Amino acid sequence: MTTAAPTAPPPSPTAVEGLTTNPYGLTPEQFEQLGEEMDAIRQRVLADRGQRDADYIRGIIRAQRGLEVAGRGLLWAGVVPPFWLAGTAALSLSKILDNMEIGHNVMHGQYEWMNDPKLSGKQFEWDTACPADQWRHSHNYMHHTHTNIVGKDRDIGYGVLRMSEEQEWKPYYLGNPLWAALLATFFEYGVALHDLEVERIAEGEISLMDKRELLKGIGTKVRAQALKDYVFFPALSGPLFAFPLAGNATANIVRNLWSFTIIFCGHFPEGTHEFDEAETENETRGQWYHRQALGSANLSGGRLFHILSGNLSFQIEHHLFPDLPANRYAEISVEVQEICERYGLPYNVGPLHRQFGSVVKKICRLALPDSPRTVARRGLGGLAGGAGKLLSLGKRSVLALK
Amino acid sequence: MSPQLLPRRSLRFLEAVATPHGVDSYLEQIDPLLVAGECRAEVVGVERGTEESATLTMRPNRAWRGFRAGQFVEVAVEIDGVRHQRCYSPACVEGRATTIEITVKRHPEGLVSNFLVDRAEPGMVVGLSAGQGDFQLPEQRPESVFLIGGGSGITPLMAILRTLFAEAYERPVAFLYYAPDAERCIYREELERLAATHPSFRLLRSYTRAPGTGELDGHFSPTHLPESDPCFADAETFACGPPALLDAVRGTWANGLEHRLHVESFVPPSFVPVGAAGEGAIRFAGPEVEVANSGASLLEQAEAAGLSPAYGCRMGICHTCTCRKRAGTHKNLITGEVSSAPDEEIQLCVSAALGDLIVEL
Repeated sequence: MTTAAPTAPPPSPTAVEGLTTNPYGLTPEQFEQLGEEMDAIRQRVLADRGQRDADYIRGIIRAQRGLEVAGRGLLWAGVVPPFWLAGTAALSLSKILDNMEIGHNVMHGQYEWMNDPKLSGKQFEWDTACPADQWRHSHNYMHHTHTNIVGKDRDIGYGVLRMSEEQEWKPYYLGNPLWAALLATFFEYGVALHDLEVERIAEGEISLMDKRELLKGIGTKVRAQALKDYVFFPALSGPLFAFPLAGNATANIVRNLWSFTIIFCGHFPEGTHEFDEAETENETRGQWYHRQALGSANLSGGRLFHILSGNLSFQIEHHLFPDLPANRYAEISVEVQEICERYGLPYNVGPLHRQFGSVVKKICRLALPDSPRTVARRGLGGLAGGAGKLLSLGKRSVLALK
Repeated sequence: MSPQLLPRRSLRFLEAVATPHGVDSYLEQIDPLLVAGECRAEVVGVERGTEESATLTMRPNRAWRGFRAGQFVEVAVEIDGVRHQRCYSPACVEGRATTIEITVKRHPEGLVSNFLVDRAEPGMVVGLSAGQGDFQLPEQRPESVFLIGGGSGITPLMAILRTLFAEAYERPVAFLYYAPDAERCIYREELERLAATHPSFRLLRSYTRAPGTGELDGHFSPTHLPESDPCFADAETFACGPPALLDAVRGTWANGLEHRLHVESFVPPSFVPVGAAGEGAIRFAGPEVEVANSGASLLEQAEAAGLSPAYGCRMGICHTCTCRKRAGTHKNLITGEVSSAPDEEIQLCVSAALGDLIVEL
């Protein structure tokens, strides 16, 4: 066991050979111990899963179904303004719960141990444009395995935004804030097109034909979703169809803006680290945990806030243990934070307005070409195996160490 | 929604507005028995004859498709948040009757059987499958029927007996039954009543630990077989009971009579022998490939066998390679957890087989 480190040790990127992504200078033994400590938490929660977790997720599903039925019912009579407002609010909440606390978490396999086919990660389908199958690949595998590895983790900018200095600037990125606003508004479609790799199509590397199967799956799902929200339910209101139609569209957009905000606060606030593909080859388990913790950021808030964020407000815990039931993250977070402190690692947490504010700042800053200083640093980084960049990242991360 | 209640077009519309979760997922919030796509049953009666067993009467919902006498059904219960399924043979008359009856016997390590014996109560809702298995009374009723049972293996045979007598079957029926003593002869009163009221029914019992109290003595032997009414050699024979009894019966029917013999044996899942890593055989159901277990992860072994199951992270994180294990014992290579439960979702990349294992790819 290491003794508590009162201050972060000075960055020494070469402490572990082959892993220069080590801004806090952990020794190989420390990485090993970190891995063991994290594994122990995981093991303990796995062994403790039971009725209360089952009751929790069923309770959330029950609340979601209730909110949805109430929302649809109120919007049917949406011509009455208070009904429209209440209905739209209920349906927005229903979609948020469905996508975040239920869909995202169930599809991670967090409740697979229950052996209930309806909560099986492989069979679950959610109320959004993205087909569940494609999500499981792009998110569970690509994003969670290659978290914050520039060039591999497609969540870095979704192929349309510049979210990292490592993405080379082009004039297109002048529109970064505008593209981000559009992506946020239509986020469900952005998520659905995640695996389309639009930027590779734009560059002529692949063609749309290569993605035919993928597009077919998206088309089927989008059609079913659109028919439900924009044709069938409005039609039930007859000549007053415009009210449920507007309510449904608003609920979808509210959900889009909310999920965009939460998800972008997970990896892009000031202080989160990025990693290089070459640097992360042959990671040990401890190094993997280390990358997940450094690449994620948490949001502070109340219980309801955590539920509505799908407990992605505990992004650090979620990335360390993506398949533990999300209702456990809050209790684990105390230990994780303590472990991070002990190893001198940052534990990036802040209220929504602060974290999102820093994401917006980054989106705007990266719209412009890099300053000569950044360019110089990158040049140095290229020569010294990324050490320069890591030094700068390390400095930026200290703010969260409290 | 069931087709009987609503025309097909309304049904399609309902499913379209309930996408992607389906109408059932809303109905079950009102009452778990309202679902149409999944058979569930409500326990309506529990009779605890002894400390060792409980007879449950269950009323299936409208998704129930019935069973044939002799078949088993899978009953699913949730214990501490985990769904467990076990096979039980209904003992009641076959068909789609409004209630079905199963008898559950306690096993020393039987998680589900002990749960049901101790905790089942009216109002409890369980999952229920349709009747399964080839062990069943043929639709074309045989000329004569011979039944051999041991212990709790009596239940499918009771279903056959009750079905036959409910149809006023008048051809010869014999029942050779083995139990430790008269107290542990399940359905004793009913059997005696049937024997008294049906001249075509011969009841032959052997109480193995209480010689002289039944019609016969000792364990199964060919000398126990009736030479007439019906002659065992001419009758369609159904045997269900412990492995030793079934082995002895199979031996006796070995010479050209095999086609007349139908056997059913249940080995409780908790008694599945646990092998060591690198022992036994792994069967990949689907492609139907069988390999000797090398002890490596199931994903690596599938790939070594030329199969290509879906995978992602290969470190137990992403659940891309999750598959259903049908039977066998596996060990989670990361947590060290060992499980012998049948019908379980497992991650191929971090699971290794301990002994024989069947997994669906």
